[in-house]
Amino acid sequence: MTTAQIESSTTTTLPAAYDVQPRPHVGTRAAVEQTFSMAWRALMKMRRNPEQMVDVMVLPIVFTVMFTYVFGGAVSGSVGHYLPLIIPGILAQTVLTACVATGTQLREDMDKGVFDRFRSLPIARIAPLAGPMVADLVRYAIATTLTVLVGLVMGYRPGGGVLGVLGAVLLLIVTGWSMAWVFTWVGTVMKSAQSVQGISMMIMFPLTFLSNAFVPAGSMPGWLRAFVDVNPVSHVVTAARDLMNDGAVTGEVGWALLGCAAVIALFAPLSVRSYRRKL
Amino acid sequence: MTTQITHPSHPPAERLAVEATGLVKQFGAARAVDGIDLQVRPGEIYGVLGPNGAGKTTMLKMLATLLPIDAGTARILGHDVQGSPHIIRQLIGVTGQYASVDENLTAAENLRLFGRLQGLSLRDARARAARLLEQFALTDAADRQIAQFSGGMRRRLDLAASLITSPPVIFLDEPTTGLDPRTRGQMWETIRGLVADGCTVLLTTQYLDEADQLADRIAVIDHGRMVAEGTPDQLKAKVGGSSLQLGVRDAGQVEEAARIAGRLIGDTAVRTPDRASFTVPLADADRAGEVLIALREVGIAVESLSVQKPTLDEVFLALTGEDTHQNSPDSSRTTGQEVA
Ligand SMILES: Nc1ncnc2c1ncn2[C@@H]1O[C@H](COP(=O)(O)OP(=O)(O)OP(=O)(O)O)[C@@H](O)[C@H]1O
Ligand SMILES: [Mg+2]
Repeated sequence: MTTAQIESSTTTTLPAAYDVQPRPHVGTRAAVEQTFSMAWRALMKMRRNPEQMVDVMVLPIVFTVMFTYVFGGAVSGSVGHYLPLIIPGILAQTVLTACVATGTQLREDMDKGVFDRFRSLPIARIAPLAGPMVADLVRYAIATTLTVLVGLVMGYRPGGGVLGVLGAVLLLIVTGWSMAWVFTWVGTVMKSAQSVQGISMMIMFPLTFLSNAFVPAGSMPGWLRAFVDVNPVSHVVTAARDLMNDGAVTGEVGWALLGCAAVIALFAPLSVRSYRRKL
Repeated sequence: MTTQITHPSHPPAERLAVEATGLVKQFGAARAVDGIDLQVRPGEIYGVLGPNGAGKTTMLKMLATLLPIDAGTARILGHDVQGSPHIIRQLIGVTGQYASVDENLTAAENLRLFGRLQGLSLRDARARAARLLEQFALTDAADRQIAQFSGGMRRRLDLAASLITSPPVIFLDEPTTGLDPRTRGQMWETIRGLVADGCTVLLTTQYLDEADQLADRIAVIDHGRMVAEGTPDQLKAKVGGSSLQLGVRDAGQVEEAARIAGRLIGDTAVRTPDRASFTVPLADADRAGEVLIALREVGIAVESLSVQKPTLDEVFLALTGEDTHQNSPDSSRTTGQEVA
């Protein structure tokens, strides 16, 4: 009797317009759906601003041609011999460059009014961050495909065959996606898109150039080689080379994937935390 | 036993739509919101009136879980804002001061996105978007990108986007700033419609007439503090009604004209900076005619005449002036506690 009256009194106080009981948490399924809605939004944005795709369309071509002709003779004696070395390296570099844009674009986006609305909606806090990253898979796919195509046109004949190349491309996309969490975190921490760009470049350059991506580590002085050998980018590049040139799945693939998992495990929660704190 | 059974059946007004106590927001050395208490009853339109920088947006953002609350508590329909932000976000619809829709999407796409994000199926989201676009007269613009929208269209879309899940409490930050008079009137109608459907609306405005037209109750805030609260009539009574402003052709006659007007209306006429004119508080507009007749009888030629409603400036002057020499906000809060 008493409880019935309590219930009736609570329902009468709720305005007629309100017919859903609030839920205390976002379920995993809802969070995934929200992430895909956000990914859809990011894809629409790409479609309407194709100029934002310039980096993943032009850079792979420019870099591949430029690096191959500049370093080819010096490093491997000829362009043809250099291609198996440089193509996996360029793939890694373009994918990592593409994921810097994830951070800067997120920062730009977060300053827009629509993010105020995202914050005021009852959605998983990870959805606005993870959505654009899912959409960015398109960018990685474009960047890697173009690099491989340019390599083929220049005479690269990967010994690993179609499967080897696909495996390497997949591995690099996974790497790019994981590394993007680092730049997403930078994006949530920094105050402006320029500072995100600056910091990201400071992370990116040593990682890609102080690796075996363009030059074999054997030719470097000892102290540098020490860094190059622990640099995760070197492991990814070696794994990709083994896949593309020999069709071999080596232990390096395992290390690369392990590194990716570690980066996601660390930076995804950090990003969500820092985004949440901005509320 | 009998008392226990009757106890739960409070009148509905007992459970407030929005309740805030001692709300504070500090930005560096400045207090943007400095101890605001707020009680908004279910089903009312509550207007928060204040000049630029008064702290309206900051207060609303704290209530909407968009800014952390530095001190004090806030509850919406009984739920704690800080303790359960996720629940609060399901109870409120927020239309910020600046457009919060996606520039890269069309109007329909925006509404569908927000619907999907809030758990509607693709079909329901489409249907809901279509209905809202129709309700806000945006159907023709449904497939246009927001970048091509006029300010009024953006504002309407913004409001529509806040209503997708029919939230029971709606926050509107300056819903009509920058709208032309006609669009403004339409927006007022829309807001009244929301309340007719059972929503509670908390809105901010810089316009006295808007608060007057729309709100059941008004809080006037300045420098992060509430300087007055009441129904529009109560506030107007405090400020005084309209005033009669009168200019005479011959500046030498202004003294005499002011004296006559003051005597007829029963209040003091005040000379304005413009030497040939004066103003008198005017409770009853009929009296203006009497003044004119009296002036003609003594042969004073009238150059200009206007009846002005109190401006926001005058409201603040009247309210803050009263406030400082009668009691400070702190002492009034103490008295409130003693009574309770
Ligand atoms: N993020 C911020 N950092 C520092 N100060 C802020 C911030 N946001 C607002 N303020 C300050 O807090 C005060 C209140 O600002 P608020 O935006 O709440 O005013 P408002 O009443 O909404 O004004 P308006 O009518 O112009 O919208 C202002 O002095 C403003 O400068
Ligand atoms: Mg404001």
